[in-house]
Amino acid sequence: MDLTKASFKEVSDSVKQKKISAVEVAQFFLDRIEKLNPKLNAYIAINQAALKEAKVLDDKIKKNEEVGPLAGVAFGIKDLLCTKGLRTTAGSKILNNFVPPYDATAVARLKNSGATILGKLNLDEFAMGSSNETSYFGKCHNPWNTDYVPGGSSGGSAAAQAARLAMGTIGTDTGGSIRQPASFCGVVGIKPTYGRVSRYGIVAYASSLDQAGPITSSVVDAALTLESICGFDEKDSTTSTKKTPQFSKNLTANIKGMKIGLVKEYQNDETHPDVLKTYTYAIEELQKAGAEIIEVSIPLVEFAVPMYYLIAASEASSNLARYDGVRYGHRAEFKDLSSIQLEDFYSQSRGEGFGKEVKRRIMLGTYCLSTGYYDAYYNKACQVRRLLREQYINIFKKCDALLSPVTISPAFKIGERSGDPLKMYLNDIFTTATNLAGLPGMSVPFGMSSLGLPIGVQLTGAHYEEQKILNIACALEMASTAKGSLPNVF
Amino acid sequence: MIDQKTIEHIAKLARLSITSEEAIEYGEQLTKVLNHFQQISKIETTGIEPLVTPAEIEFYARADEARHETTTDEMLMNAPDKAGNLFKVPPVV
Repeated sequence: MDLTKASFKEVSDSVKQKKISAVEVAQFFLDRIEKLNPKLNAYIAINQAALKEAKVLDDKIKKNEEVGPLAGVAFGIKDLLCTKGLRTTAGSKILNNFVPPYDATAVARLKNSGATILGKLNLDEFAMGSSNETSYFGKCHNPWNTDYVPGGSSGGSAAAQAARLAMGTIGTDTGGSIRQPASFCGVVGIKPTYGRVSRYGIVAYASSLDQAGPITSSVVDAALTLESICGFDEKDSTTSTKKTPQFSKNLTANIKGMKIGLVKEYQNDETHPDVLKTYTYAIEELQKAGAEIIEVSIPLVEFAVPMYYLIAASEASSNLARYDGVRYGHRAEFKDLSSIQLEDFYSQSRGEGFGKEVKRRIMLGTYCLSTGYYDAYYNKACQVRRLLREQYINIFKKCDALLSPVTISPAFKIGERSGDPLKMYLNDIFTTATNLAGLPGMSVPFGMSSLGLPIGVQLTGAHYEEQKILNIACALEMASTAKGSLPNVF
Repeated sequence: MIDQKTIEHIAKLARLSITSEEAIEYGEQLTKVLNHFQQISKIETTGIEPLVTPAEIEFYARADEARHETTTDEMLMNAPDKAGNLFKVPPVV
């Protein structure tokens, strides 16, 4: 069995049948990481206990004890989710040596399903970025061409998945941070409906936008991961009590009669011709598969980027107030603690610990929430957000899902956009509205650019309708021209 | 235009130490960003309730019972400076 190509089911069945051990699976990927990670910098920490934990699973199987559906499946976790005993940094100097005393719920559920955790994956600092260039632990590189970005903020997750340095990875998405890197790296990424996956133990960036989700090499593996991590969690009161459907069992590529909407306001002259070509081909293939394509209008999506940044930065300025050097994280060095003013203690520690983009967003958020500006910026954005959500709800009465590009262009070169914050923010034009409305969204690899870089297409569903977009993704997966190709780093 | 003085005030509110060069740089960048974002002021929102969370969530509260899920040692594990069972900090008063 070629573990770089095997599905979750193939591996978990083989592990349960003792044809291969969880330890062998873990060792295979740990060896691959050792060999290839230096070129990519996808992993920033390896789980030194991975083999020990895999052995515990193998011992359970030997004793014929129950193990979960992801038995032996090796995962990489974005370094934004807390992993008990395993350093969790959020890609930041300010958490450089933080070792969580608990697992994030999503991580605990994966472990309960039998998965092995290989290590922690690189990301833009505090999930703020679209290129994985702001990490304190160095840039991550795109496995298809290491001069290019893997996307962000879940750049390490997408890069590791594309290079098969894990069987599956977990990322998070606040404004596109699963979907965009998944598209740039040619892998499947899904951001579930807000409330499906617990945010407990996930380093908070923007609490009303953050969601964790899988980045995998196939739609069925993404579906299996969702089944494992979704579901109400009493530790996160924003989680939904809706029962998690058996996404993988109900998966089908039969989409005859489904109505798929194309958003009129997303048509623009800036879209790269290769992205347009891939998107047009996807429309044709969906029609061949029996879906009906209709044009829809969601006028407020044009304001999604400003709304997103005003809301996300405001929430972030509040969430990141906890990093004060008191109980954990970076503390500035002072010769004499007893003579320091508390305000200086905080400012120095935070000033030294946070990177430029994080500071920029904290300040943007602080400004938007400050007296005299709260109504014009934060409150206004929240009002428009309600209107946007209503527009989406109305559109989903006319269609089952929406199709759009994921990004304006394929992956860009490292350093190309990092000098201009606004230019970087405008990368998120097609993805941010989904988070604002709390909808599920997916990126499916579908084509390649003329330079050999992957291009995905994006599906957006109504609230809790992940099954519909997974099914459409299944149909797209079968027709994908990107299928079977592997990145250069192999 | 968000000037250096405003940035320094915001940095103080946010408890972030920044250099005066950084203050100028951030001022220029935030001005550019907010000028672009002004466009949302065009949208009619009179009487619209702000949306703070995008999901319809039922209010949930667990029973008010103490739970012991983490030990004191675990909570002190990451302390930059401690004394016994306490986090050591500068004087607050």
